[in-house]
Amino acid sequence: MAWIVFIALAVLTIGGALGVVVTRNVVHAALALLVSLIAVAGVYLVLFAEFLALVQVLIYGGAIIIVLMFAIMLTRSADYPRITDNKQWPLAALASLAFLGVLAPSFVIDRVENTQSQNASFEGIGESLFTTWAVPFEIASLVLLVALIGAIIIARSDEEEG
Amino acid sequence: MPATILLAISLGDFIWLVIALFIMFSALSGVVLSLTWLERKVLGRLQLRLGPTRTGPMGLMQPVADALKLILKEDIIPASSEKALFWVAPIIVVISAFMIWVTIPGTQNAVIQNLDLGLFYIIAFSVVGILGLVLAGWGSANKYGTLGGLRAAAQLISYEIPIIMVAISMAMLAQSLDLREIVNGQDDYIYFLIQPLGLALFFIAGLAEVGRTPFDIYFAESEIVGGPFVEYSGAHWSVFFLAEYINTFAIAALTVILFFGGWSGPGLTGDWGIIYFLLKVYLVIMVIFWIRGTFPRLRIDQLMAFAWKVMVPMSFLTIVMTAVYQFYGWPAWSLTAMSTTGLVVVGIVIYKKMTAPSKLVAETRSRRAALEAQRRLPATGGGD
Repeated sequence: MAWIVFIALAVLTIGGALGVVVTRNVVHAALALLVSLIAVAGVYLVLFAEFLALVQVLIYGGAIIIVLMFAIMLTRSADYPRITDNKQWPLAALASLAFLGVLAPSFVIDRVENTQSQNASFEGIGESLFTTWAVPFEIASLVLLVALIGAIIIARSDEEEG
Repeated sequence: MPATILLAISLGDFIWLVIALFIMFSALSGVVLSLTWLERKVLGRLQLRLGPTRTGPMGLMQPVADALKLILKEDIIPASSEKALFWVAPIIVVISAFMIWVTIPGTQNAVIQNLDLGLFYIIAFSVVGILGLVLAGWGSANKYGTLGGLRAAAQLISYEIPIIMVAISMAMLAQSLDLREIVNGQDDYIYFLIQPLGLALFFIAGLAEVGRTPFDIYFAESEIVGGPFVEYSGAHWSVFFLAEYINTFAIAALTVILFFGGWSGPGLTGDWGIIYFLLKVYLVIMVIFWIRGTFPRLRIDQLMAFAWKVMVPMSFLTIVMTAVYQFYGWPAWSLTAMSTTGLVVVGIVIYKKMTAPSKLVAETRSRRAALEAQRRLPATGGGD
């Protein structure tokens, strides 16, 4: 049963990802991305990682796609649905090949016994996040802060020049 | 656990689930009918009218007649619209509205699938509904629609933050994200008594989240003629309408669960508590209708400024207050005191904002009067 669900979700994920690349309309690409991301949330559910699945829906399915749509609607890129190629494609191809190279060994090396489902309860995640991994957690929030300040500086510098 | 539903489900459980979902769907549709009738009646009374009276006793058949009209109406799809998006948008909105209800408990047992992360689940899926509005606005290929979609995205994302923050602080009080546990945690005192600031923030942000007056900015009829819904008609439009009322009911139900002790009340035990639950929810709904009948609509810049300058900092303060109270184990009244102080600050800010335009007018008038008086003085002095 788990296999059937997983295969259905995998088809949705890959189909959505293909849709993002193949479709010539930016808004349709965003929707395809949504399908793919929600299907990944489903994969997390199959792996008994409920918290991760909900975070996936909240952050990727909700916030990120909406911000993406917001950007598409504010710029006029939706008016030019035919332009999908640019000069970066060799670089993109290289990057995705390199990523595949990183992923491929994990298919070959069988690590099933190491990745047995640990009981990743919500309380457990919170506790280890704020005790064992407290420093990386704080650094991550610092990175976000830097990004926020950077965004403000970029937005403000335009204002001063104009 | 949702994972167990997917993987290890027996046929009996599956059939029960389907029946439960069917009951939920019917019950919510009934609720929507009752809400439309109630809203028209209450608004009528507030405006010294009678509201619907002709169809059935006290106009009770009015929502049925409305529903029939909507279904029979021609469903127009604009020629230049994105057909697929135009179709998908209402479905996304209504699905997210219904999915929230899977885990909202009416009583200890009256819940389809209680989740350990119930509150988090509700927040996660309510965000997805926003996307439907944005897509509807963009897909209908209409300037007002696109404007409305943009407004919806900006408004709903902004007000999502205070909702999440207040929800987190209530979960901290109950030490659980399970909605049943949150209600059980209010056995001694309801959370409204120790966190009134939280209630104010949650309720205001909730109104903004479902787009009720004074926050109905993304479909403001007098400005952008319906926003994302401008091109929708007939059955498609009624789906949006359905989702809006279900979401209103959900916000009222969450307010009751988080702050007013859900189904608990004196006298009734067990599943009879649903009477108290519905009573409280409909009381909150009446307040929402009352606000609609009394307040004018905000402007979009006022709305965003209020979200980021008042709601978000105050909701962070709510978390800090609750954390301090929980960590040091202070008595309950200390949190009440802190929270009430915050509430007073919010009240003062809102009052100042509301009276600012009239004060500006009065100031300008007095200045003009002073100037005219000054001008008249030399004129009378220099004349004969």
